[in-house]
Amino acid sequence: MFESFLSVALFLLITLAFAGLMLALPVALRRLKIVPHRPNPAKNATYECGLQTIGRSWVQYNPRYYFYAIMMVALDAMAIVVFPWAVRLKELGTPGLIGAFIFIGIIALGYAYAWRKKVLVWK
Amino acid sequence: MPTYPAISPDWPGNLWLHALVIGVFLIAFLMVTVMTYIWIERRGLGRFQARLGPNRAGPLGLLQAFADMIKILTKEDIIPSRADRLLFWLAPVAAFVPVVMVLAVIPLWPGLQLADLNTGVLYILAVSGIGTIGIFLSGYAGNNKYGLIGAMRETAQLMSYELPLMLALLSVVILTGSLSITELVAAQDVPFILVQPLGFVVFFLATLAEINRSPFDLVEADSELASGFNIEYSGMKFALLYVVEYSEAVVASVLVATFFLGGWRGPLLPPVVWLLLKMVLVFFVIIWIRATLPRLRIDQALGFAWKYLLPIALFNLVTTALTAVFLPNLSVWVVAPINILLAAAAMVLGARQFKPGHANYERLEP
Repeated sequence: MFESFLSVALFLLITLAFAGLMLALPVALRRLKIVPHRPNPAKNATYECGLQTIGRSWVQYNPRYYFYAIMMVALDAMAIVVFPWAVRLKELGTPGLIGAFIFIGIIALGYAYAWRKKVLVWK
Repeated sequence: MPTYPAISPDWPGNLWLHALVIGVFLIAFLMVTVMTYIWIERRGLGRFQARLGPNRAGPLGLLQAFADMIKILTKEDIIPSRADRLLFWLAPVAAFVPVVMVLAVIPLWPGLQLADLNTGVLYILAVSGIGTIGIFLSGYAGNNKYGLIGAMRETAQLMSYELPLMLALLSVVILTGSLSITELVAAQDVPFILVQPLGFVVFFLATLAEINRSPFDLVEADSELASGFNIEYSGMKFALLYVVEYSEAVVASVLVATFFLGGWRGPLLPPVVWLLLKMVLVFFVIIWIRATLPRLRIDQALGFAWKYLLPIALFNLVTTALTAVFLPNLSVWVVAPINILLAAAAMVLGARQFKPGHANYERLEP
């Protein structure tokens, strides 16, 4: 199994090299004077559909999905824990089924409660 | 009926050679498929909208992608003066690499796969999750308000649709009894779309949202955000982000084909041809949906994930687990019609209780 992950790591290097090459290509072409390079302040300004940019963009604002994120962490953790159970379900049989259903039921209860409390509303 | 020989897992010799040859092959495969997909989408969408689509460069416009590539290579490379330069350079790479990495565990031919991980399904979920960071960075790095809004929407949408996706895959894993993709394909004597119709619907819709396709293309939303996260990008960096979008479409169609349509399996034709046919079929349906449905609002898109897909995915998981434990030896031809009926019932009942447009009214309540 270690060998398989080693080849995945090698693939990662190949992919990184390919992406790097794609990005390096225009730089090389600029050196060869094929691609123009004449920056000016108007060209480098932030694009805002033709208007003058007002203020900066890196400001704090309410992305409105704080509760979704918390719910997502809970349910994602559930899914990851349930994966090994799903693989061996046929051998585990009824006891495994009951155990996992109690676990999923608790999370589902929390999910239903959040739904009832209108957490799942974009507001 | 011709049978096609399986390729040995470390095909041209040792491990290093295998990784190098298959790795380069996979990237080439991806690039060629991406170009084909771009052509299919432009021409197909043109037909859907009663126009021709690009037909000047080469026969039937086949060389359009090459023409675009030359154009994009000779474009001036603009980096906005206010952007975070390092992140601006890194974001396309961070978005591109994870998408390609998913292909590592997909068998294109019996035995032809970079690595047969025994945790393949988890690997796919984990690696594809990283791609979100790349898209978010590309929206953030440009220091543009539209880009930032697009990036925030991307994060909200992807994490919401991750859950139905995982639950749909859990049902498939229960049927297979393994996380390895090779065994998953081997288990599909009958394609899982018949045994798992509800899982297929949930998985397909969730991938549609994960790859930001219509009607879930809020991240780009041309008419609201002027193309969203990639707004400040131009030249080759934009091309890389554009390739990422289509690579995601390729990977999504490969995954749907592998998990639910039987992967490379099929009679007569060579395995890889079957896989490609299934991929193109899935992609055609994606274009069809794009040409048919209008874009959702962000609250509708998230509500759809949380209040529609997630409950029916949980329902599917429970019924699949019950069937697998109590009726393990039931014939597929009995299970399939029952499951299709159950899926239809669950989808209709789910749709009854789901009201997409009421987010703004609920806010007015005391």
